[in-house]
Amino acid sequence: MKSFNYHAPKDVKDASKLASSNSAFLAGGMTTIPSMKLGLASYKDVIDIKNIKKLSGIKVSGKSVTIGATTKHAEVAASKDVKKAIPALAKLAGNIGDAQVRNRGTIGGSISNNDPSACYPSACMALNAVIHTNKRKIDADKFFTGMFETALKSGELVEAVEFEIPEKADYQKHPNPASRYAIIGVFVAKHKKDVNVAVTGAKSCVYIDQDLSKKLSSNFSVSAIEGMEVKSSGMNSDMHASAEYRANLVSLYAKKAVEAC
Amino acid sequence: MTKVTLEVNGKKVSKEVPDHTLLSVFLRDNLNLTGTHVGCDTSQCGACVVHVNGKSIKSCSTLAADVEGSKVTTIEGLAKDGKLHPMQAAFKKTHGLQCGYCTPGMVMSAVDLLQTKKNPSDQEIREWLEGNICRCTGYQNIVAAVKEAATKM
Repeated sequence: MKSFNYHAPKDVKDASKLASSNSAFLAGGMTTIPSMKLGLASYKDVIDIKNIKKLSGIKVSGKSVTIGATTKHAEVAASKDVKKAIPALAKLAGNIGDAQVRNRGTIGGSISNNDPSACYPSACMALNAVIHTNKRKIDADKFFTGMFETALKSGELVEAVEFEIPEKADYQKHPNPASRYAIIGVFVAKHKKDVNVAVTGAKSCVYIDQDLSKKLSSNFSVSAIEGMEVKSSGMNSDMHASAEYRANLVSLYAKKAVEAC
Repeated sequence: MTKVTLEVNGKKVSKEVPDHTLLSVFLRDNLNLTGTHVGCDTSQCGACVVHVNGKSIKSCSTLAADVEGSKVTTIEGLAKDGKLHPMQAAFKKTHGLQCGYCTPGMVMSAVDLLQTKKNPSDQEIREWLEGNICRCTGYQNIVAAVKEAATKM
């Protein structure tokens, strides 16, 4: 790994001041550190945000669950509040990576990295999340802009993610057996007025399947989407799964998620 | 350079190291605690698992500076007064290892599991050890070891 200067500021202001086009914020480091070790990324400054107290923690209000950026997957998975308000979100967090990754990895890191196979982005999309940064609030559908790309600007730091509490929700993932990343993952959330079906792992970036969402909005049942074909165009094809296989999995896992709701 | 002060296996240690020093490197090269192994070095195999403030983590993907001020336990810190930790004894008894390379990480992960779940099922043990790869045993005796240790811990 190439050398860098390590910083551990105590507040967001200082963290923001240290940031440049040649820096990275470090939360759990579960992607950042391996990327640097493999030489895929290098930075002059690494800004560890773990000492910024206000970035960690879980708050539940009547309508939403807000999770601080440095809150670890294991904390979300074990949180009684999250389990009560949005059990699907706790379930999702409890199936990310492995136990040791969940003890370090954070929600802020996951969404800022926007890996096309990451689990959390699908929850953000399906649960109409609002991403709170040190500069503004960004709706999830404007936040995830492409493969490993987000709307975050240089020096902009995710502070918290606010999820809308749905009537019902479930997340179903077909994990890669080695990495546990989603070959595909489907997050179905039934809100008062409509239903969101968010898909991760299938394309270069998380997205809402409009056809499935519409059908389920008018009739929330497995039979409503029975026999519906999900198109494979634009889907990833790699050594793990062809685009056609992924398309079939999306359809199958959407049904599984509805069934589990 | 950065000064890293930790409590490792009950002893306070303090070393001046380059900022990008990984915890695994700090333990192995600076403290000569070579029981913590580095296998894949890409945070998948789990040979490098240690405890930081009681929780199992992968030390090859963690900066030493990041855990400044923490309590770290490595495989060397488990045995007390020359007596094997119940998990180590169980791995020995059930032959939960062959070459032994993955064993330190397996043992550290398994100890963490039993801290939160006293009597895990086979399925729960297998799921918890997803991040620890063994290429010798086929895992059967590792699961048996964790079950055996659960009766002693």
